[in-house]
Amino acid sequence: MTTVYLAIAEVKGGALRQVSFEVITAARQASGEGSTVASVLIGSDVSRFANELAAYGADHVYVVEHNDLTHYNAEAYDASLQAVIQAAQPKAIFFGHTSIGKDLAPLSAASLQAGQISDIIALETDAASGSILYTRPIYAGKAFEQRTFTSAQSVVTVRPNNFPLPSYETGRTAPVVNIAYPASTLRTFIRDVVTQAAGRVDLSEAKIVISGGRGVKSAAGFKPIEELAEVLNGAVGASRGACDAGYCDYALQIGQTGKVVTPELYIACGISGAIQHVAGMSQSRVIIAINKDPDAPIFQIADYGIVGDLFEVVPLLTAQFKQQLKSGSVD
Amino acid sequence: MNIIVLAKQTFDTEEKIVIEQGSISEDGVKFVLNPYDEYAVEQAIQLRDEHGGKVTVIAIGPERATEALRTALAMGADEAVLISDEGAALDEHAVAQILHAYVSQQIFDLILGGNFSVDNGSGQVAIRLAKLLSIPHVGSITKLVIQGGQAEIERDAEGDTEQLTAALPALFTAQQGLNEPRYPSLQGIMKAKRKPLQQLSLSDFDSIHSQPLTARVSVSTPPPRQAGKRLSGAPAEQVQQLIGLLQTEAKLFT
Ligand SMILES: Cc1cc2nc3c(=O)[nH]c(=O)nc-3n(C[C@H](O)[C@H](O)[C@H](O)COP(=O)(O)OP(=O)(O)OC[C@H]3O[C@@H](n4cnc5c(N)ncnc54)[C@H](O)[C@@H]3O)c2cc1C
Repeated sequence: MTTVYLAIAEVKGGALRQVSFEVITAARQASGEGSTVASVLIGSDVSRFANELAAYGADHVYVVEHNDLTHYNAEAYDASLQAVIQAAQPKAIFFGHTSIGKDLAPLSAASLQAGQISDIIALETDAASGSILYTRPIYAGKAFEQRTFTSAQSVVTVRPNNFPLPSYETGRTAPVVNIAYPASTLRTFIRDVVTQAAGRVDLSEAKIVISGGRGVKSAAGFKPIEELAEVLNGAVGASRGACDAGYCDYALQIGQTGKVVTPELYIACGISGAIQHVAGMSQSRVIIAINKDPDAPIFQIADYGIVGDLFEVVPLLTAQFKQQLKSGSVD
Repeated sequence: MNIIVLAKQTFDTEEKIVIEQGSISEDGVKFVLNPYDEYAVEQAIQLRDEHGGKVTVIAIGPERATEALRTALAMGADEAVLISDEGAALDEHAVAQILHAYVSQQIFDLILGGNFSVDNGSGQVAIRLAKLLSIPHVGSITKLVIQGGQAEIERDAEGDTEQLTAALPALFTAQQGLNEPRYPSLQGIMKAKRKPLQQLSLSDFDSIHSQPLTARVSVSTPPPRQAGKRLSGAPAEQVQQLIGLLQTEAKLFT
């Protein structure tokens, strides 16, 4: 029997989340040659995604489907995953470090009496010992540590946007293993889910993030930021200053007590650059700061700085991008 | 209602990280009660004031963590327990095992913890504990109402809000927005000095519990980011210049 590595897929808004493929990459890197990487789909009406996972390199796809699984419920998902684990006997399980993965992984780790390394951004094999070293940010990115497992089984959560997508092979297929939903008495029930405005780009997976701070001055002040985000197909973020002032929802907060993001491009508008904010975005590839105070600390970490009024600069940027995107010189 | 709060002492979020001889220096560092645990303590106090009962705050950590427990007592918690771990390299598995060994001997209706600690940030311990205790949990909550032995909860799921009902006993982890933690009053600080703070150590537990299953191999800080170009000219020129640089230098939008 080959060694099995599980990669937990996630479906959101009727499609597989990109992190579903990134965990295949991470599992493959950890497993090396000759092991089986199996994707896991838990939900209702999710088996239709099995082919796409196969095309991205899953060797098997385990599927648990049931109406109880339409929305994430920790108990129901945990019971389902336990059933998959029983069947697959995996050496390791890779989750996305997402709302679901963060919640579900520790349940599996506790059941298996396994170690868990959370929120990894890279992994490598140590040439001397042959063990696998997992790199993860600590102190929200102010430092990094490498960890390794001493338990036989391992549980890992993978930060979205850090592992490349596996290569896509059209027509590649994989056996689907259906696992019966282990009906259990649930002690927690979902009454309702209030979803955020549809079509919004997810912050943790966005390639471009445009953030507003206290400098936007009101909820309406986020409008130019949202317009720029729309033109660039980016996500809107915020500083705690903006959240505390009630200009936006805490779900948008970036920083040490918010989300940590690592996009290709981060545009900070009216954000001073407090250490807690910077912790959450300093690993972005390119940073632009727009601030009317030339001494704002954000300029010390920005690749490009514009000293000016965001209400003047941001709409100009939006207009320019719109024009150039249309003429095809930017895409 | 007996409420247990899981707490940790962490670096103040203002602190920079300095590495000395392969480990993170604690020289001159200011320590605080983990900000997420503050929400948990606040919620526990509010629930106790509403329903009666007792709030017990538990921390595992070095001796200095008593400071964080005193803060929780000064806010209004009734009792605190420090399980001292001097020198031991525990991981989340080990911490959860020790907490389980302790908490499973207590009578409780509710356990609250932070969503994650701002130092290690893995968010595993509370959820592992719920599993070990075989009680349900809801992570990352922004609202909690207890009524007739049930909890009505709102959970933040990456911007979506999930509304749930859970049967007690249960464990919840606090997300920002749950409440506005109070500052300890002077009177609270005085009172806290006389509140019970029990001190235990790892030797009070079976040594099997403190065996970690993961280990740190190295720690490093990222190279400091350099300040880049400050653009100049009229706003429209700066914007034009910026888009050009993004394409030519940063290789974006090409
Ligand atoms: C425990 C703890 C945890 C924290 N966690 C976080 C966190 O996770 N994330 C976070 O962001 N913060 C966090 N903070 C708060 C942090 O310390 C700062 O207070 C916060 O980041 C400031 O937000 P800001 O930059 O929007 O506001 P300010 O610091 O007030 O800055 C506003 C900026 O806008 C500029 N400005 C004003 N008007 C304009 C204009 N018209 N055009 C252009 N620029 C303009 C000003 O020059 C100024 O630089 C935390 C604090 C604590 C104590």
